[in-house]
Amino acid sequence: MAINVLVAVEVRDGELKKSGREGLGLARKLVEQAGGGEVAVVLTVDSAAELPARLAAAGADKVLVALRSEFANYCPGGFAAAVAAACANVSAAVVIIPASALGKDLAPRVSARLGAPAASDCIEASFADGKLTATRPAYGGKVRVTVSFAGEPAILCIRTNVFDTLPADSSRNAVVQDLPVELGEAELKLKITGVERTSGERPDVSEADIVVSGGRGMQDGENFALLEQLAQSLGAGIGASRAAVDAGWRSHGDQVGQTGKFVSPSLYVACGISGAVQHLAGMASAKVIVAINKDAEAPIFKVANYGVVGDLFEVLPALNEELSKQS
Amino acid sequence: MNIYVCVKQVPDTEARVQVGGDGKSIDSAQINTILNPFDEFAVEQALLTREQHGGEVVALSLGDDGAAAAIRTAMAMGADKGIHLKTDQSADDPLQVGKELAGQIGGSGVDVVFFGKQAVGNEHGQVGLIVAELLAVPAISEVSSLEVSAGSASGKREIEGGSESFETPLPAVFTTQKGLNEPRYPSLKGRMAAKKKPIEVREVTLDEPLLTVEKISYPPERSRGMIVGEGAAAVPELVRLLKEEAKVL
Repeated sequence: MAINVLVAVEVRDGELKKSGREGLGLARKLVEQAGGGEVAVVLTVDSAAELPARLAAAGADKVLVALRSEFANYCPGGFAAAVAAACANVSAAVVIIPASALGKDLAPRVSARLGAPAASDCIEASFADGKLTATRPAYGGKVRVTVSFAGEPAILCIRTNVFDTLPADSSRNAVVQDLPVELGEAELKLKITGVERTSGERPDVSEADIVVSGGRGMQDGENFALLEQLAQSLGAGIGASRAAVDAGWRSHGDQVGQTGKFVSPSLYVACGISGAVQHLAGMASAKVIVAINKDAEAPIFKVANYGVVGDLFEVLPALNEELSKQS
Repeated sequence: MNIYVCVKQVPDTEARVQVGGDGKSIDSAQINTILNPFDEFAVEQALLTREQHGGEVVALSLGDDGAAAAIRTAMAMGADKGIHLKTDQSADDPLQVGKELAGQIGGSGVDVVFFGKQAVGNEHGQVGLIVAELLAVPAISEVSSLEVSAGSASGKREIEGGSESFETPLPAVFTTQKGLNEPRYPSLKGRMAAKKKPIEVREVTLDEPLLTVEKISYPPERSRGMIVGEGAAAVPELVRLLKEEAKVL
């Protein structure tokens, strides 16, 4: 059976987020497993520019452009209405939405509008024997729950940095169509009036490909300068354990763990973090983990691929120096 | 103001979680439960809103007998009343739960509804937004600062690397997270008073779930890696391994 899959992609400052290409990678895989079908994208923007061509190269067969001046910023009701309209337009059996701050807000709205089931924070999804299943971590990553869906569309909110993107293929073409969206008073009551950047040039911890993270062992907020320097040379995001956030050394937006953010970078460097189970919940799906800790018995070493036992105030400066030598 | 706060009793974040014998449930017998940590911010914000604008805080929870504990904790913190939507159904589907809550909250003349941004345990983070959508009122998720005035509210919600500012009329739904406030501890006096406050029990029957648990399993274990060495001397070898073996630099 053929299925059509719709991907809601995120655009910030005119740029397509990588999560959109990850969604397209998954969509193509599901269509293939189902034995055919179409991959469509719904684009909610105030200006489309080159985005449709990039989406075609990333795997889209069809791009539905919901173009409105209100879509310069995230417009929760409007985006939900656009995704619902796009679902009807392509008779989507599956809708894929990134589990970003925007996507986590959007997916439940779409679920309620369509009366369709949504699974949050999926890390696996597949289509077999006519049935879609998705797997997601629960109980702080202590277990994985596989769910199935009754009724269509099935909404998959997918964790970022987990699903593979396709190599960009600029020879691919997509049908590009305008998607009219009717916005009533209800959709426009809530207004996003501005966006403020606080992380500077540094990528957010949930999006970064490399994360360097500090815990209680950092001893003071000022010592995070050592991690700032490391993050600078690696192009990394900076994370923190709950202990470091509760001590006021870092803002809670940096917190990695069960009551913070869940991250899946290719490299996670844990500095002075003992590895409480709630912290491991947030980072155990990193591809490679490095731990630097003076306590050789610290639980973080049980999950680390590479460990250095030692005083981070000696190890980090040496690491910064080694990296600057090599660059 | 007429203020609702929706709360949930969840497994302690330190609890060891065991998969049940059927392979599709959690063995809850040995698990200590607590008020969902994100709900503490919701209760606190509800109380702050009442302190500023007057009115009443109603704590609402859906679930089996254990759900009453979440309501008692909210009351010990200062909520005025409790409503326990009692069901023994498993309630794993956020849409199924959201529909029931929307049905119960709709028509109550509510001004603001607070939820934690997600419940540790299921970790879906959907119910608050679903309830708002079904009630056709605005919802703002993951609120990190909030100013409620008569008939409207403004504040910020967190996004990657920054925040979005918002403005909304009331009634509205807010989901709360760390950083919004410092939740108060229930005082002994509060705990004593909570025992005397009324909890209204309403027996409810949920719609059939659309999301069904097929299997629960443990994640693949990470195997213990290697200790590269001790102190600064280990750094050159660490960098070499990250480049040549792990290929992540």
